[in-house]
Amino acid sequence: MNARAALAVTFFPFHGGVHPQEHKTESSGTPIAAGPIPAKLVVPLHQSIGNMAKALVNVGDHVLKGQMIAAADGTVSAAVHAPTSGRVLSISPQRVPHPSGLLEHCITIESDGEDRWIDRNRFDWRTAESRAIRDYLRDMGVVGLGGAVFPSHLKIGGASDGLDTLVINAAECEPFITCDDLLMRERAVQIVEGIKILQALLQAREVLIGVEDNKPQAVDAMRAAIAGCEFKIDVVVVPTLYPSGGAKQLIKLLTNKEVPSGVRSTDLGVQCFNVATVYTIYRAIEHGEPVISRVVTLTGNVERPGNVDALIGTPIADLLAFAGNKPDSDSYIYGGPMMGFEIPGTDVGLSKAGNCIIAKSSGLFPPKPAEMPCIRCGKCADACPAELQPMDLYWFGKSKNFGKAQERNLFDCIECGACAYVCPSNIQLVDYFRFSKSEIWAAEKSKKAADQARERHEFRQFREEREKREKAERLAAKAAQKHDAAASSADPADAERAAKIKAAMERAAAKKVEAAAAQVAADPLTPLDPDANAVPVAEAVAAPAPEPVAPVSQLDPEKAERIREAMEKRAAEKAALEAMSPEEKAAREAEKKAKIEAAMAAAAAKKAAKAAEAAKAQGDQADGA
Amino acid sequence: MNTSPFFIKPTPLQVVMFKVALALVPAIAVYTYSFGIGVLVQITLATVAALATEAVCLKLRGYPIKPFVTDGSAIVTAWLMALSFPPLAPWWMIVVAAVISIALAKHMYGGLGQNTFNPAMVGFAIMIVSFPAQMSRWAAPFGVLPQSLDWSAQLSWIFTGNLPAGLAFDAVASATPLDTVKTQLMQHASMSHIFQSPLFGTIGGVGTEWITAAYLLGGLYLLWQKLIPWQIPVTFLAVLGGVAGVFHLVDPTHYTSPLFHWFSGAAMLGAFFIVTDPVTGPTTPLGRVIFAALIGLLTYLIRVFGGYPDGIAFAVLIMNLAAPFIDQYTQPAVFGRKGKQKKAGVQS
Amino acid sequence: MLTFTLALAIMAILAILLGAVLGWAAIKYKVDEDPLVDKIDAILPQTQCGQCGFPGCKPYATAIANEEADINRCPPGGEDGIRKLADLLGKDFKALNAENGEEKPKAVAVIDEDTCIGCTLCIQACPVDAIVGAAKHLHTIVSSECTGCELCIAPCPVDCISMQTVGETVTTWKWRYPVIPLTVKAAA
Repeated sequence: MNARAALAVTFFPFHGGVHPQEHKTESSGTPIAAGPIPAKLVVPLHQSIGNMAKALVNVGDHVLKGQMIAAADGTVSAAVHAPTSGRVLSISPQRVPHPSGLLEHCITIESDGEDRWIDRNRFDWRTAESRAIRDYLRDMGVVGLGGAVFPSHLKIGGASDGLDTLVINAAECEPFITCDDLLMRERAVQIVEGIKILQALLQAREVLIGVEDNKPQAVDAMRAAIAGCEFKIDVVVVPTLYPSGGAKQLIKLLTNKEVPSGVRSTDLGVQCFNVATVYTIYRAIEHGEPVISRVVTLTGNVERPGNVDALIGTPIADLLAFAGNKPDSDSYIYGGPMMGFEIPGTDVGLSKAGNCIIAKSSGLFPPKPAEMPCIRCGKCADACPAELQPMDLYWFGKSKNFGKAQERNLFDCIECGACAYVCPSNIQLVDYFRFSKSEIWAAEKSKKAADQARERHEFRQFREEREKREKAERLAAKAAQKHDAAASSADPADAERAAKIKAAMERAAAKKVEAAAAQVAADPLTPLDPDANAVPVAEAVAAPAPEPVAPVSQLDPEKAERIREAMEKRAAEKAALEAMSPEEKAAREAEKKAKIEAAMAAAAAKKAAKAAEAAKAQGDQADGA
Repeated sequence: MNTSPFFIKPTPLQVVMFKVALALVPAIAVYTYSFGIGVLVQITLATVAALATEAVCLKLRGYPIKPFVTDGSAIVTAWLMALSFPPLAPWWMIVVAAVISIALAKHMYGGLGQNTFNPAMVGFAIMIVSFPAQMSRWAAPFGVLPQSLDWSAQLSWIFTGNLPAGLAFDAVASATPLDTVKTQLMQHASMSHIFQSPLFGTIGGVGTEWITAAYLLGGLYLLWQKLIPWQIPVTFLAVLGGVAGVFHLVDPTHYTSPLFHWFSGAAMLGAFFIVTDPVTGPTTPLGRVIFAALIGLLTYLIRVFGGYPDGIAFAVLIMNLAAPFIDQYTQPAVFGRKGKQKKAGVQS
Repeated sequence: MLTFTLALAIMAILAILLGAVLGWAAIKYKVDEDPLVDKIDAILPQTQCGQCGFPGCKPYATAIANEEADINRCPPGGEDGIRKLADLLGKDFKALNAENGEEKPKAVAVIDEDTCIGCTLCIQACPVDAIVGAAKHLHTIVSSECTGCELCIAPCPVDCISMQTVGETVTTWKWRYPVIPLTVKAAA
């Protein structure tokens, strides 16, 4: 059909792969259009792998285009920004582009139509430390735009001795999708600027850009753009074979290195970035623009298929209207036809992962024929790029024999769908793999929870034991003291022992006070005793500090934080109480007492009612019998 | 909800089965030309019986009948069995065999894709064990003996057991080439003497050598269509020929040549159509090599040293049992796990 | 006679040889197994709720190992847990003993902060120390540590603790078992 970019460049084929109908020409004919500014944007907060970003704005706030509205939470997370200027309508759970159709936190912004930017500044990355660059990219919300949305900052500054190969993934192997193709055709120079930044940051000795041979124009544009580069860089044209755009497959294609299972490619001296991600890195660093838009392919059953530079958060309905959705579209695929999923509704907002939206109609995607039994023909194994035996994994998944599936490397499956594509029995193999994987994950999670509960329970038992022993020791010591006083050194040895015990106890008490003081000093809000910061040290000596109710030092920082918050709240309440006049205090006390009494009465009444009910139920049962 | 991948390659099971049947057509044509209409009758009887049994079994098991009857698997089973049968066997034998193969060897194990043993070979083996006399009564190909049965006489013989007046079956019967070699050698006849019989052609039996050549042709078509893995026919024929070659070189007076073994009996049919049955064989590339090699070896041993003239059916059935075991120990290395793998299957 | 002796000798040598191989394999491939109690305890959900009638999961595991208790007394483990126990112990599956309670979806306890009087009774009841607070101070439940045992509910004098079912979220969502469109008409 089109002139394939035919240039002899060495590449190293991976096993398997399929070649479905490409369907690329529908959307690749027109230039990238500027997307609409919708009246309302629904920006999901969870737009990267890892933790959900934490909202920074409140309902009613006015935000500017590019303003950070949610900050990264922890290392594996990325910030989220306002795609246009406007007012925050709500911060609430809404439907998101996810196959589950469940709700997740989103910030809804009503655009004011002005599309007013924040101040944008170039980031001087040449003089910045690598940590500062990482933080900057995280705060700019840069994530992998190929679909995995892995935070890009985590890929930078790993190996100190530089990288052998920086792989730029421009294969775009899934049918229908052309957003990277168009991006390369139109913005090749900016992409190469981004590559230069990455090459310098990663000290890559070689850069290889992998493009499938069905994108000759993109190849030409990229070849022209890399002309002036001062490092080793090449555009490698690989044959069109799905899934050559899988990171591991592309790395194998370009470098002949097989990334071992469970190992990061960095350890092999290879790092892979999607071409669109490189573009956003360039925009973020040189123009101070966070990731608030992306090129998305609108195709399938629409009047004007093409690519748009759409704002993140744009409801899919607005994008479809932009492309002229046809009335007989019955559902919409988010992503490509091989690995994408149907969105739960067109009200969901575009996320950074959304590279393509395909309107489905029964003409374009005929309903899949009924599944027939597996005849073990092995076509799936021939097609599997991970070199698995899908028919066996299917068998294990179907019979819920998850252990065996894991043993046969289920987790090396990249869910590319090549097996299901070739299956003559029309078996939806990937569904069984996804099912098995989520069952295994869930089982592992609950096992972890059970282990934690067991550990905590055992620690509690140990603590109770210890408290009991200490109490007994205290009592014994007291008794010994009494005895000591009464029998006033009848036995010198006894007296000596008593003195020793006393000294030891004093030492222990002193130590405890010291520890308490130290802790109070270090962290006044994490007291051993809620009143410890108010109790003078002398008193503390007199009364041995009680044991912590919960083993505070055992808690992780997050929990400690939560506890501290609760304590703070209490402290504030207490302060308020102290600020009150005695009359007020008394009134409050009385009020509280009344409340408690009322609550207790209510509880008692409830209990009584319950008991009566139970009795009645029993009676009824007896009657029935 | 629909899930990805949203489109699939349109190669339904029916097409696969149809192509397999198509690949058999040249051989059936040659067969009919050299031996008469008997083989067509056997194929028809087997097909009807197999489809009927399939439908009844599906009905009894509560499965939808249409998709499974039309998937073509029963037809392929029936054809393969009919082609292994003596073309002039009485009609009830092929019917019984078809019922056994579909009901017993296929549906009792759970239907399509679940059977441990090759259904066609189960039907054939049960019949040859139960009715050895009838199953070894083959008519000579046309032109070998002075007398032969024309098509109407063949029909009459198959369905009623009656022959035209004054003709005994023995006058038209002859053992198969493999059988002839075996029995004659036991009677201490010399190899050259055996091969002087008008039964033998250039490399195999008259007629049968052309049928096997047609199987080879059909097999090459299947290979070209990528419907069967190349490892199986190549290994099977290589091992069968290799072992035969060794014996032949050591003692040509007692052991026939590899060519004879390739172009006699069910060697070609087995290599491309029977050993390649995916359901009952291993799925790993190395496993397929081992599987086919051992079938080749067993076939030779049964042919030369065993009690039956041909050994494909028993060799296949024995190796069917070993297929899961072979799979277990020949798991190929997964992407990113090369080198340290190999042992994945061991910790069961 | 010679054949007989020879056969006997061959068999004897074979027996000794194979015996040696087996013995060597038994030593070489010896599997250090967990004691049974730990294996059972690993299957139990560690809710520590005591619905089985034992003070915690470990005591129940010990009782099962000693054949003093049945395997169907753990409601939080549910049917799945009983199946696993049956598998491990080579016993038949039994339905959950209704006397011990019923299987419920996973829930965590939540304290109504307006009603809590700070009595510490729930803290003392919590088997996994998931409740934080002190006398006359508001208590709160660390929901990530809560096993949903409900042991804190009964002691509360003001009934301020309620159980809240943990719903499915995007991160905990699971792919369902694929629906096979092949309709089985009659019960096979």
